[in-house]
Amino acid sequence: MTNLIAGSTGPWEAVIGLEVHAQVISRSKLFSGAATGFGAEPNSQVSLVDAAFPGMLPVLNRVCVEQAVRTGLGLKAEINLESVFERKNYFYPDLPAGYQISQYDQPIVGEGSIVIDLADGSSREIGIERLHLEQDAGKSLHDRHPKMTFVDLNRCGVALMEIVSKPDMRSAEEAGAYLTKLRAILRYLGSCDGNMAEGSMRADVNLSVRRPGEPLGTRTETKNVNSIRFVQQAIHYEARRQIEVLESGGTVVQETRLFNGVTGESRSLRSKEEAHDYRYFPDPDLLPLKLDPARIEEIRAGLPELPDEKKSRFIESFRLKPVDAAILVADRERADFFEAVAAGRDAKLASSWVMGDYFAALNKAGSSLAEAPVDAEKLGGLIDLIADKTLSGRMAKEVFEAMWESGKTAAAIVEERGLKQITDTGAIAAIVEEILVKNPAQAEQLKGGNMKIMGWFVGQTMKATQGKANPGTVNQLLKEKLGL
Amino acid sequence: MTVSGPVTHLTLAEMRELLGKRAFSAKELTQAHLEAMESQRALNAFTCETADKALAMAEAADARLAKGEARPLDGLPVAIKDLYCTEGVETTAGSNILKGFVPTYESSVTAKLWQAGAVMTGKLNMDEFAMGSANMNSAFGPVANPWQRKGDNRDLVPGGSSGGAAAAVAARMAPASLGTDTGGSIRQPASFCGIVGMKPSYGRCSRWGIVAFASSLDQAGPFTRTVRDSAIVLGVMAGFDPKDSTSVDLPVPDYEAALHKNVKGLTVGVAKEYRMPGVAGEVERLWKRGMTWLEEQGAHIREISLPHSQHALPTYYILAPAEASSNLARYDGVRFGARAAAEDLTGLYEATRGQGFGAEVKRRILIGTYVLSAGYYDAYYNKARRIRSLIARDFARAFEQVDVILTPTAPTAAFAQGEKMDDPVAMYLNDIFTVPASLAGLPAMSVPAGLTDRGLPLGLQIIGKAFDEETVFRVGHALETAAHFTHRPQRISG
Repeated sequence: MTNLIAGSTGPWEAVIGLEVHAQVISRSKLFSGAATGFGAEPNSQVSLVDAAFPGMLPVLNRVCVEQAVRTGLGLKAEINLESVFERKNYFYPDLPAGYQISQYDQPIVGEGSIVIDLADGSSREIGIERLHLEQDAGKSLHDRHPKMTFVDLNRCGVALMEIVSKPDMRSAEEAGAYLTKLRAILRYLGSCDGNMAEGSMRADVNLSVRRPGEPLGTRTETKNVNSIRFVQQAIHYEARRQIEVLESGGTVVQETRLFNGVTGESRSLRSKEEAHDYRYFPDPDLLPLKLDPARIEEIRAGLPELPDEKKSRFIESFRLKPVDAAILVADRERADFFEAVAAGRDAKLASSWVMGDYFAALNKAGSSLAEAPVDAEKLGGLIDLIADKTLSGRMAKEVFEAMWESGKTAAAIVEERGLKQITDTGAIAAIVEEILVKNPAQAEQLKGGNMKIMGWFVGQTMKATQGKANPGTVNQLLKEKLGL
Repeated sequence: MTVSGPVTHLTLAEMRELLGKRAFSAKELTQAHLEAMESQRALNAFTCETADKALAMAEAADARLAKGEARPLDGLPVAIKDLYCTEGVETTAGSNILKGFVPTYESSVTAKLWQAGAVMTGKLNMDEFAMGSANMNSAFGPVANPWQRKGDNRDLVPGGSSGGAAAAVAARMAPASLGTDTGGSIRQPASFCGIVGMKPSYGRCSRWGIVAFASSLDQAGPFTRTVRDSAIVLGVMAGFDPKDSTSVDLPVPDYEAALHKNVKGLTVGVAKEYRMPGVAGEVERLWKRGMTWLEEQGAHIREISLPHSQHALPTYYILAPAEASSNLARYDGVRFGARAAAEDLTGLYEATRGQGFGAEVKRRILIGTYVLSAGYYDAYYNKARRIRSLIARDFARAFEQVDVILTPTAPTAAFAQGEKMDDPVAMYLNDIFTVPASLAGLPAMSVPAGLTDRGLPLGLQIIGKAFDEETVFRVGHALETAAHFTHRPQRISG
C-alpha cells in the first residue's frame, strides 16, 4: 500500500477528513439584502441585520437555499426536507450578534459522495457526511493600528456551505484530488466559484494517524488552510508531527491547530478542554426550513452534466484515456473548449492539441480561456489544416505560435507565410533527385541497405523545401528512386 | 356627542369621532395630552417626551382631516414603550447599555401607526429589556401606579414590564399606548392599572424593530381604556411583515366589527388547575363573577383541564432567559450604545456589560447561559421545549370543546414598590396566569372587571384560539359591558 508513511518504529497510516467552507454564489447575503461582492471598501456592504442592530431580524435568502440543494444533488446526497437553523453563540467583534446562524442537528443536506481521480488513472469514492448552510463572520484587522483592532463586516452574513467529508482519505494526494473534484463540481453547478485565493473556498483538515488496521487515533483539526497546496503541506506536517509524538512515547492531544502558509507549519490554538461551549439552540427568529419535493426534482432536472458523467462520456465517445479525460473535465470551461474543438474532428488529434500545445501556451501566458488569443474555432481551423495535410505537425506548431502571437487564423498565417505543405509529388521528386545526385556517397550507402541514412535524406529534403514537403511523400519517393 | 370634561378622559373611539366632526383639532388634542404628561411626570411613566414631533404630526393630521382625507388613527395620540425602535428618537429598552442609541429606522408596527395618522407623544418607561413584573428594573427608575390603596399613599407598582405604557393610559396621559408581552408584560400591568391590555397571537404583529427579549414569545400589543379602542389600535398594528419570518401571512379581520356580535352560544372554558393556593380570595371571587356575567349573556361555562399548565412558569423561566442570553449578546459596546473604557477586548466586554446591564438582566443572562450549557442542555432547555409543546397541546385539546378560556389575569392586585423585591421567584409568580398563553402563542386580553376591598383594580383574562382575536374581543366586550368598570385612579390628569 503506497499511502503508508514510514516511521522509525514501523509504518503508519494517516486518516484524513476535510471540512470545506464554500461561499455560495448569490447576489445578497444569507439573511440580509446586503451585497456580497469581493474587494469592496470596508464596511460598505453591511445592512443593519448584518451589524446586529437592536430589533433586526434575519430573513432567509431562497437563492442560497437552492444553491445548497443544487450542490447536495451534485454530491449525490440526500436532501433533507426539513432542516433547522440554530444559533452558535460566542463573543467576537467580527460576529456582531454574538452568535452565528448555522445548522447543527438537522442540516439541509445529508450523506453523499465524491469520486476522486488519482494520478495513476484510478478512481476512489470519498464519503460526504453532510452539507449545511451558515453565515460567514466579518474580518478582524489586527495590523492597522498598534493598539486597536479594526473590523470589516462586508463578509459578515455571506452564505457559506460547510461540506464535511467522512474520514475516508489516506494521503495528501487524495485530499488534493478531493478538493480538486469538489471544486470542479461546485463550479460546474455554479454554486461556488471555488476561488481559494479570495477565500471563497477554505478548508479545515481533520487528521489522525494509526498503525494499518488499528482503530482510529486521536485527531486534530488544522484550520485556515487556504489552498490545495497548503492542505497537502498541512497534512504532511501534521502526520509527521503526530507520528513523532507517538514514536517518542507521547500521546496526541485533541486540539485545534492554526496553519501558517509562510512556514508550512501549524501551531496549537486551543485544546479540547479550552474548546468553546457554543450553546447551540434553534434560532427562534427563523422557522424550520421546509423544502418542497417537487421543487427539488425541478432542480435535479436542471442540473448540468457533472465532471464524472462528462468524463465517462469523453472516454466513451472520444475514446480518450481516463487520465486525459479526467484532466479535461476538471474544469468545465476547458471541457467545453475541448468539445468545441473536437466536434466533427479527429478526437485524438484534438485532445493532443488541446492538452499539449494549447494548454501549455495558456499556462505560460497565465491567461484564461476567455481571454486567450486563440479560441476553439481557430484551433479547430489549425487542426483541419493538419488533417487535410496542408500542414505537417512541425509546421503546425510554428503556425500555432504565430496564431497565439497575432490572434490570426491558421489559414491566414499559412497564406501570409506561404507555408503550404508541398504534396505535389513531381515537385518533391525533382528536389529528391537533385539531392541524390549531389550526395552520391550517401546514396550508395542507402542502396547498400543502410536504412539509417534514410532519415538524413528526408532531413535534407525538408531543409531544401523549408519544411514544406510532406515527410511521408519524401520517404515514398526516396524508396522508389532507389528501387528499395 | 359633545365634550364635557377634559378631552384626555375620552376614549380613543370618542376622540376619533370628535376629530372627524372637527369638535377640536388634532393639535388641541395633542396639546392636552402633552399637558397631561407634564402634570403627571411624578409617575415617571415616560423616558422621553416628543412634544415637537407630536405637534408636527398633529398638524399634518389636521391638514388631512380638513381635506376630508382622514386616516384610521388620524390625530390620535399614542405613546410607545421604549422597546420599539423609533427613527430619530432615543431607544433604550430601559437600559443603561442603550443610553444614547438613536435608531435610524422605525419598527414595522410603529411605522404602521404613523402611516395611519397616529401622533407619537413619547417613549415609555419599562423594565430593562422587558424583564420584570413591577417596572422596578428600569435604568430610569420605577414607575408609580396611578392607583393607590384606600388609606395608604405609598406608591404602588404598575406591573411590568410595560409599566409606563399601562400607567400612561390609566392616568389619561394617552388614550392608547403600545406595549410588548413576552410572559404577561401587557396583561399583568393592564390588570394592575385597571385598563385593557391585548396580547395578540404570536405572529400577528411584526417583531421587526422591537428590541428582542425572548424571540419565540415576544409580541406587540396595545393598551387602551376600552375593548373597542383595543380593537381599533390592534387592527392597525396587525399584519404580515416579510421582514419578520415568524409573522403570519393571514388577512387581518375587522376587529371593531367583531364587537357587534354577542356571546350567546359561545362556550367559555374554565381550567380547574387554575384554582390554586396563593391566589387572593377576591381574585377568585371576581373570576366567578366573570363566569356569571358571561352566562347571563348566553354563554356556556365548561370546566376544562390544562394539566401541564402547572409547569408553565418554570418552563417559561428556562426558555425566555435562554433566548435572552443569546439576544442580548449584541450589546457589547462595539457598534452602538454605551461603551466602557477598557484595555483589551475581554475587558471591554466585561466593563460594558457589567456596567450597562442591571441586576435582573444579568440574572437572566446567567440563567439562560446555564440552561444552554453542555451537560445541562437536555435537563433544562430541551425538557422545557418538550413541556412547552405539551402545554400547547393541552390548549389545542381544550379548544376542541370551548371557544375561549377565562382566567384571572394576575394572582393579586398591584403591590407596593419595594414589596416582593428580595425574592425573584415570588416576583416571577405574578406571571402564573399569563405565561401559559404566551408559551402556546395564543391571543389573550386582560379586561378590568372590578376592585379589591382596598380599591385596587383587578382584571380578567380571556384566552382565545390562535389567530382568533375576534372572539377574544367579542368576549372581552361582553365582560366590559357587564363589569361596567368606571372607576378612576387617584393620580389622574385633568
